[in-house]
Amino acid sequence: MISMNSEERIVDWATIIKDGAIGAWPICLGYIAIGLALGVIAQKAGLSPMEIGLMSLLVYAGSSQFIAVSMLSAGAGIVPIVITTFTVNLRHMLMSSSLATFMRNLGIGPLSLFAYGVTDESFALNSAKFRGGNWDWRRALVLNHTTNLTWIASTVAGGFGGQFIPAGAFGIDYALSAMFICLLVFQLRGKLYVIVAIIAGILAVVLSLLIPGNSYIVIASVLAAALGVIIKRSRIFSRPEGQP
Amino acid sequence: MIHADYLYILLGMGIVTYVPRWLPLVFLSRLRLPEWFEHWLDLIPAVILSALILPILVTTGAPRHLDLMRPELLVALPTFFFAVKTRSLAGTVVVGMFLFWLAGKFL
Repeated sequence: MISMNSEERIVDWATIIKDGAIGAWPICLGYIAIGLALGVIAQKAGLSPMEIGLMSLLVYAGSSQFIAVSMLSAGAGIVPIVITTFTVNLRHMLMSSSLATFMRNLGIGPLSLFAYGVTDESFALNSAKFRGGNWDWRRALVLNHTTNLTWIASTVAGGFGGQFIPAGAFGIDYALSAMFICLLVFQLRGKLYVIVAIIAGILAVVLSLLIPGNSYIVIASVLAAALGVIIKRSRIFSRPEGQP
Repeated sequence: MIHADYLYILLGMGIVTYVPRWLPLVFLSRLRLPEWFEHWLDLIPAVILSALILPILVTTGAPRHLDLMRPELLVALPTFFFAVKTRSLAGTVVVGMFLFWLAGKFL
């Protein structure tokens, strides 16, 4: 392992903040669209912009916030809401596990700050950027918190009057899907990756049709990656392309 | 003002969301992991991305059902090939958004 300390002695925060914030733009586009929508729905459910913003700050997990708002307006209590939130967001555990391999030798402080911002989107983008090089935990941290601020601001703005913004303007609703598609392409780094991704996708579709909720994401991912390890161990694809 | 009940709900949601994000980062980043586990983790981004995006493209409704004629899927195909050809994140996002907007006009 290369010693991190030598390269971290000089920290150019101006460049780091610029890199991280600019790198976050595809997520920010998507979060503006979804955040405004959440704000509008939450306001209709009787939440004030301040209550919406506080939820975005304390929870910061889009799909579980949508579910919580609909449960709140249906009069659900704290226990079902918290349990549902837990199961909906459990997938982040897999993402944090994967990101941990890029965040070695860090103190608990930076790791704790970083953990707060692990979402589907930041995980996908940071993974690609770590893999691509010229990326480090500081830039990843800035990226996470840039997207977080965008999320909070968008949900609050939606609560104030997001209904005045035309839905679907400029295809902005597709920003995150397009980003996921491209980041998936980046992750297909050899035959094995393509095969496990196809298996994961098919498994996820089948499971999503069979079981309600979003547990299909975790189940399909865990199984497909395990299958990938077995395939790799059996040395069917012992020579990854383009790699020493 | 914010009600105490609402605040408790948010705190509960926040804790159960934060802990699963925090635990693996703090523990796995310190451990020396077995090789098979490193391989498994290395495959996680590819499988999660695929498991996230594909159901969004080909299923709809509640309860979910298969629908292969959704604009989301029709737009995804050229977007995917654009990403493969150019390997440009910015370009892919812009092209995907434009095609989706176009699909909304004509479909």
